[in-house]
Amino acid sequence: MIAEIGQFSLILALVFSTLLATLPLIGSLRGIDNLLLLAKPAARALFLLTLISYVCLTLSFLNNDFSVAYVANTSNSYLPLIYKISGVWGGHEGSLLLWTLILATWTMAVSFFSKGIPEIMVARVLSVMGMIGFGFLLFTLLTSNPFDRLFPVPLEGRDLNPLLQDVGLAIHPPMLYIGYVGFSVAFAFSVAAMISGRFDAAWARWSRPWTNIAWLFLTIGIALGSWWAYYELGWGGWWFWDPVENASFMPWLIGTALIHSLAATEKRGVFKAWTVLLSVFAFSLSLLGTFLVRSGVLTSVHAFATDPARGLFILIFLTIVVGGSLTLFAWRAPKIVSRVHFNVVSREMAILLNNIFLGILCFAVLIGTLYPLVIDALGMGKISVGPPYFDFIFMVIGIPLTAMIGVGTLIRWKNDRIDRISTPVMVAVALSLGIGFSSPLLMGHYSLGAGVGIATGLFVIVLNLANLMARTSKGKRLRGLKSTPRSFYGMVVAHIGIGVFIIGVTMTNTYSVEKDIRMIPRDIHNINGYEFSFQGVTTVKGPNYQAIQGHFDVTKEEKKLTTLRPEKRTYLVQQNPMTEAAIDAGFTRDLYVALGEPLEEAKAWAVRVYFKPFIRWIWLGALIMALGGGLAASDKRYRRTRQSTNTSSSTIDSTPLSAS
Amino acid sequence: MTPKRKQRLMLVGLLVAGVSMAVGLALTALNKNINLFFSPSQILAGEAPENTHFKIGGMVVTGSVKRNDTDSDLDVRFSLTDTAETVEVSYTGILPDLFREGQGIVATGSMKQGVFIADQVLAKHDETYMPPEVADALKAANEKKDGETN
Repeated sequence: MIAEIGQFSLILALVFSTLLATLPLIGSLRGIDNLLLLAKPAARALFLLTLISYVCLTLSFLNNDFSVAYVANTSNSYLPLIYKISGVWGGHEGSLLLWTLILATWTMAVSFFSKGIPEIMVARVLSVMGMIGFGFLLFTLLTSNPFDRLFPVPLEGRDLNPLLQDVGLAIHPPMLYIGYVGFSVAFAFSVAAMISGRFDAAWARWSRPWTNIAWLFLTIGIALGSWWAYYELGWGGWWFWDPVENASFMPWLIGTALIHSLAATEKRGVFKAWTVLLSVFAFSLSLLGTFLVRSGVLTSVHAFATDPARGLFILIFLTIVVGGSLTLFAWRAPKIVSRVHFNVVSREMAILLNNIFLGILCFAVLIGTLYPLVIDALGMGKISVGPPYFDFIFMVIGIPLTAMIGVGTLIRWKNDRIDRISTPVMVAVALSLGIGFSSPLLMGHYSLGAGVGIATGLFVIVLNLANLMARTSKGKRLRGLKSTPRSFYGMVVAHIGIGVFIIGVTMTNTYSVEKDIRMIPRDIHNINGYEFSFQGVTTVKGPNYQAIQGHFDVTKEEKKLTTLRPEKRTYLVQQNPMTEAAIDAGFTRDLYVALGEPLEEAKAWAVRVYFKPFIRWIWLGALIMALGGGLAASDKRYRRTRQSTNTSSSTIDSTPLSAS
Repeated sequence: MTPKRKQRLMLVGLLVAGVSMAVGLALTALNKNINLFFSPSQILAGEAPENTHFKIGGMVVTGSVKRNDTDSDLDVRFSLTDTAETVEVSYTGILPDLFREGQGIVATGSMKQGVFIADQVLAKHDETYMPPEVADALKAANEKKDGETN
């Protein structure tokens, strides 16, 4: 019964998305106010119906209703409660429903937080989001219905993939999806602007906080995925250039470019056409990511059960979105004019360079990800692109890009002189080169690469702090810091996050020690002064698994630090062996132990013993970046209602309606 | 030239330079880092060149996995088959959780004196999952066998 309610509200949601996609848009083009005003209620109804459907699926999980095929495939009555809730998005159908729910949530959010925006613009934005919602609801209902029944009803479910039974991964997909889908708001604003033919500062200002929030969640989502891969896959890596990781990273790169070009468009009225294109690309890349993951064209740990029909549907959808918006762009592009001039030394130029560099990075990732698929499709053999390709590109482009961040934020808009900023830049160069190239001396062996990486990271941090100080240098520092807008803090904080991230990556990649060794009980292995002493294994029992647990005492300079207990689990239903690494996390280093396989009839064990310096900084950096995005989005400038804009020249005046 | 034109030209110039740099970089780096995939049949037919890095895929032959237990190194040897031909693989390190006899796996490495020296062994995280490359290789080998018997 519950499943039928879910199914029914999903169909109703499709109906409402059709209404939302058509009526307000027609109303906005024909000047029919009644149709226009349907947008907000329709958006909220769409959200409510999708939510009901989602809740119904969750209830089916909680009730162990194995007559629902999806529940039977991804759950089990012994599954702990939290994984029954997160198991809803543990497979293809459910995660698609989550995706749709998040889209509906964004749509609803736009309908509520759009006070200062003219009604006609809101209607168009919501309509565009309704179209996207329609596409995804249709996709769900036609190819991946989570409420399909199974007959005969099995007594027990096939259980959630053990890899997904983990807290980090339970929250990774929602975060990632909030980010992915969030770019649809920026996309919808751009399409709405193209429909109206008006590209002004107001449009960019409306779009900015939404883009920032989407970006923030995408950043957290990617960081969570990386963290999960680190402790759960059991090989201690934090990024594999796996095609699916790339699929989430490409929208991030373009989204980052979009945030910057939106700033330039709002403040100075430049790069309008470019900003529109970026918002189209950011969302299209999110869709491409979905296509790559869902269609099964990729070999990846993430690949779901594959179905060509699904791939075909998303491909068609992607073509319509990209084709439609680019056609609209080609039609409207002549209307987009920037009558603004800027000099070579200016913030505009810095942002342009930032966009070019980020664009190149994204393009390189795109080639590396799609090239093997193209070669395969042409029947020219099977190839794969190795991580050294990506590492190389990111080193060559990433270091100048990062160095530019430091300088770019100091430069003023429109026209600036190099000599104005040369003093802080020279001081920062001296400081970061000095510290950067001497700090590897403290480590076991000197590495020039580590010096370059640390210096680059420090350069960004130092210059951004200097920038903050420069704003407040004239006496009254405290008051100056108070009056500094949040968006400025956001910028400084996010950029510092990049510096922290780069230092983390450099240290981890240069100074990690990874040993795969054979150990028998009482064996002691020394890595960087840490003594790992193997005490043997015991058997432990979890709620839905059995495990062999190893005991490793870790001592440093005769002082016992901790006992690490890595596990080798066997889940009762799927019978997959799973490695649970044991990690002693620290600010400057992680100690990592994982059990490999038993040797000599379990008298000895193959063991991974890793020393990972500064690896926490990688995720810490990402969190700081996300914090910066949040600060920028919360700037009160965006919450100012009833901005006097010249945009509401339509038949409807924004003032009386915005209270609704 | 008006300043506006100049600016526009500069922008276009930068974009063109950026994009061509990207393509150039990407293609050079790509060429160096492409791993081709070969099945055991292709390797024995001499299609895979010596001393280059490539991927091999197939099923682990049952009973072929041999660890040198007395040695403190984690050396392991096993055979990979696409049901038509078999190649011996040597690897040092810890095998992935889902590495089992009879399971389809992919390994990266190079051929030395008739043995594939692997530096990475991948088994996917699902017992029923077969890497597409391996599935195709098995299919090709089967078709070849069928062709011979007919």
